[in-house]
Amino acid sequence: MNGHQGYQESVNMSGLILLADGAGAAQNLSIFSPVSPPAESIRSLFILVLAVTAAIFLLVEGVLLYSVVRFRRSPREGAEPPQVYGSIPIEIAWTAAPALICFLLALILSRTEFEVRVNPDTPPPGSKPLYVTVIGHQWWWEYVYRKYDGRDLGLITANELHVPASEEGVPRPIYLTLQSADVSHSFWVPRLAGKTDLIPGRTNHMWFQTSQRGLFLGQCAEYCGTQHAHMLLRVNVDSAEDFQKWLGDQKKPAVDEAAARAGRDVFLSQSCVNCHRVRGTSARGTYAPDLTHLMSRKTLASGMVPNTRDQLRNWVSDPQQTKLGCLMPAFGLSGQQVDLLVSYLMTLQ
Amino acid sequence: MAIAEREPALERLPWTAVLHDWVTTVDHKKIGSIYFLMAVVFLVIGGAEALVMRFQLLWPESRAVPPDVFNQMFTMHGTTMIFFVAMPILAGIANYIVPLQIGARDMAFPRLNALGLWVTLFGAILAYFSFATGGAPAIGWFAYAPLTEHTFSRSAAADFWILGLLVSGVGSVSGAINLVTTVLTLRCPAMTLRKIPLYTWMAFWANVQILFALPPLTAALIMLLFDRNLGAHFFDAQAGGSPYLWQHLFWFFGHPEVYIVVLPAFGMVSEVIPVFSRKVIFGYEFVAASTVAIAFISFGVWAHHMFAVGMSRTVDIFFGAMSFLIAIPTGVKLFNWLATVYGGRWRMAAPMLFSLGFLSMFVIGGLTGIILAVVPVDFQLTDSYFVVGHFHWVLIGGTLIGLFAGVYYWYPKVTGRMYSERLARWQFWLFLIGFVLTFGPMHISGMLGMPRRIYTYPVDRGWALWNQVASLGALIQAPSYLIFVWNLFISLKSGAPAGDDPWDAWTLEWATTSPPPSYNFETIPTVRSRRPLWDLKHPDDPDWKYE
Repeated sequence: MNGHQGYQESVNMSGLILLADGAGAAQNLSIFSPVSPPAESIRSLFILVLAVTAAIFLLVEGVLLYSVVRFRRSPREGAEPPQVYGSIPIEIAWTAAPALICFLLALILSRTEFEVRVNPDTPPPGSKPLYVTVIGHQWWWEYVYRKYDGRDLGLITANELHVPASEEGVPRPIYLTLQSADVSHSFWVPRLAGKTDLIPGRTNHMWFQTSQRGLFLGQCAEYCGTQHAHMLLRVNVDSAEDFQKWLGDQKKPAVDEAAARAGRDVFLSQSCVNCHRVRGTSARGTYAPDLTHLMSRKTLASGMVPNTRDQLRNWVSDPQQTKLGCLMPAFGLSGQQVDLLVSYLMTLQ
Repeated sequence: MAIAEREPALERLPWTAVLHDWVTTVDHKKIGSIYFLMAVVFLVIGGAEALVMRFQLLWPESRAVPPDVFNQMFTMHGTTMIFFVAMPILAGIANYIVPLQIGARDMAFPRLNALGLWVTLFGAILAYFSFATGGAPAIGWFAYAPLTEHTFSRSAAADFWILGLLVSGVGSVSGAINLVTTVLTLRCPAMTLRKIPLYTWMAFWANVQILFALPPLTAALIMLLFDRNLGAHFFDAQAGGSPYLWQHLFWFFGHPEVYIVVLPAFGMVSEVIPVFSRKVIFGYEFVAASTVAIAFISFGVWAHHMFAVGMSRTVDIFFGAMSFLIAIPTGVKLFNWLATVYGGRWRMAAPMLFSLGFLSMFVIGGLTGIILAVVPVDFQLTDSYFVVGHFHWVLIGGTLIGLFAGVYYWYPKVTGRMYSERLARWQFWLFLIGFVLTFGPMHISGMLGMPRRIYTYPVDRGWALWNQVASLGALIQAPSYLIFVWNLFISLKSGAPAGDDPWDAWTLEWATTSPPPSYNFETIPTVRSRRPLWDLKHPDDPDWKYE
């Protein structure tokens, strides 16, 4: 019962994520619980369309049920029923009525389309927009913070997106520019907005804005290969002050603790540097997540497991045990090297 | 009504002779039967692949099935069900029934017919040969570039998949050319286009669609093959190609494909509902014309699969509106079927039971389709489990359930025996309950944020219950297919003799023996109305007075 055992282990791992978030109950990813204007307009439209389709459903099933009950042949009846070949007025009626409904729906959907898809270059006056470029990778997210409230940022981080909450009178719209480094992906956090694809060779845009602080989950919604299922999205909506502080922390180069020098040497002497970047060191890879402030993130492996010493150890020893098929191989490090490396990584606050 | 004697039974010949006869046959009925057998075999294979997925999704973070195996399963499940089940089974039934319904002796090009069959089968085997490379491709049935490029899918599995679809595509196109030609040229005297039986009419338009929808797919597959093996860059963004182009080409085929596989099923229920309601189809002209409307509009809706790729707002709204437009002729059909049942005297038998199931289920798939055509709502729902629920509701609650109706309807004609009504009822209820339980919850998990094509899902998402209900549904559904196959098999020997016209039906296939002789009709029949056998049975009140 290998599978069952693996399942149990995973349950325990995910239980840890719940604790780390301080939320015991199931997470809410429902499109019916929007906290951002695009998701809210979509919900209203969806409820309207559901009502229309439910009415049609009841009508059709009602007529069908009535016909089935009323027009069943009793064994005594031998003769054929009257043959009715059709009726042009009736045909016109049941062509025109749906056509009218469809026409109205098309008008309504156009209005919502313009609310949901906006031009990122024209934020509402008085707002403090944040511009982030999201780059999809197999199977993680890279975030390039470009501009906030008119100031350039030039900051790169991975997997956990932090954005500021809007306040009364101070909207802080978040404009995402979506690109892909390899295959097609899709950015979907249901409570914030509908999904938009990240396609190689194209640049897409989406936006959201919320005054509700907290963590909003989602995941990649376009099949992108082996670990598509674990390309998870975590969007932290912080208060404006917390977001400023977070930005300030992220801008700093990596800490360089004397006690962790031995681990740093392992990191810099191994192939880690080919893919990962730690600002302030010679590690300048861009193929894998930026590790400059690794420990400011709550999860590893794109939201898959909590970012603890144990999980970090597992990951560095053999990432394939955690995320089978991921593009980071096991490097066959000795136990001592792994210990040193993990101690170093733990200092990257 | 027997106008032909039975031929000497083949069973008396040695099995090698029988085999030789089947392999070399150019008889449209035998070719149709082999298509059907091929589809049934692949239906079981594709179903088994679905069960592997449903097993893996029973528990969150389950490690029962490795990710790549799961990804291979959904790739081959989709590919199999569309290309190796739906297409061949519809080609097979059309092959068998259309010449009989139009009073022809065979298809227009019998040898091309045989070629189409064997090429289709060879294509399917070629695609499955990918397993011999160490695993099937894990690219999804719509195989979005650049995941399918050599950089991201290195094994030759994807090449076998491409070649398999190319080859079976040759079979589909040659079959379509044949059927279109047959309907246009071999109709019996006086059967004008306005007197064609509705099944033949809808199969005809589905095959016209094949002629226009398959070539873009073929082109795209060849481009991909060149990218992978000859260093071309059609879909490689880094070298100036466009992954986006693949999506357009694929869906330009992919959406008409939906109607290619659903129109013939519409045709089947259009035959069954009038015969079992004992009432002429309501609004023949409108049912027929709406078929043509669907066939044309279906070529203008493809980008509704691509609302999330970031097209302009104008393009989004255009394709949303076009998708609404196609709902109108589909609705017209549905209302006419209902109006046919209304005021009739329907009698219970498996074909009618499945047709009523079709009416009650297809409307749901159609309405969730309307929901998905509302572009902003689609931004939330596309690529979620809601879509998985929707298209299975159309393909199973529309195509497959209609097919079951058609298969039971024509089984007595094809075999000369009645199927077991009792087994058919068991199959119906297991199938219907299992189907609703499997695909109903998928709409809910989709609205709760579950994307499709994920091999597992985190524990804290609240999706486990819906997935478990879906898996339970699959477990209930699975035996219904086995009962179906068993029913067809066992009734070959134990079924009661059917006679020529067990349903007291009205179209020409019921005017010959069951099973029909290889030449179909001793003399080419002639017709004066859409229901030639009705005219014959009611000389006092024939149809041609009213048409």
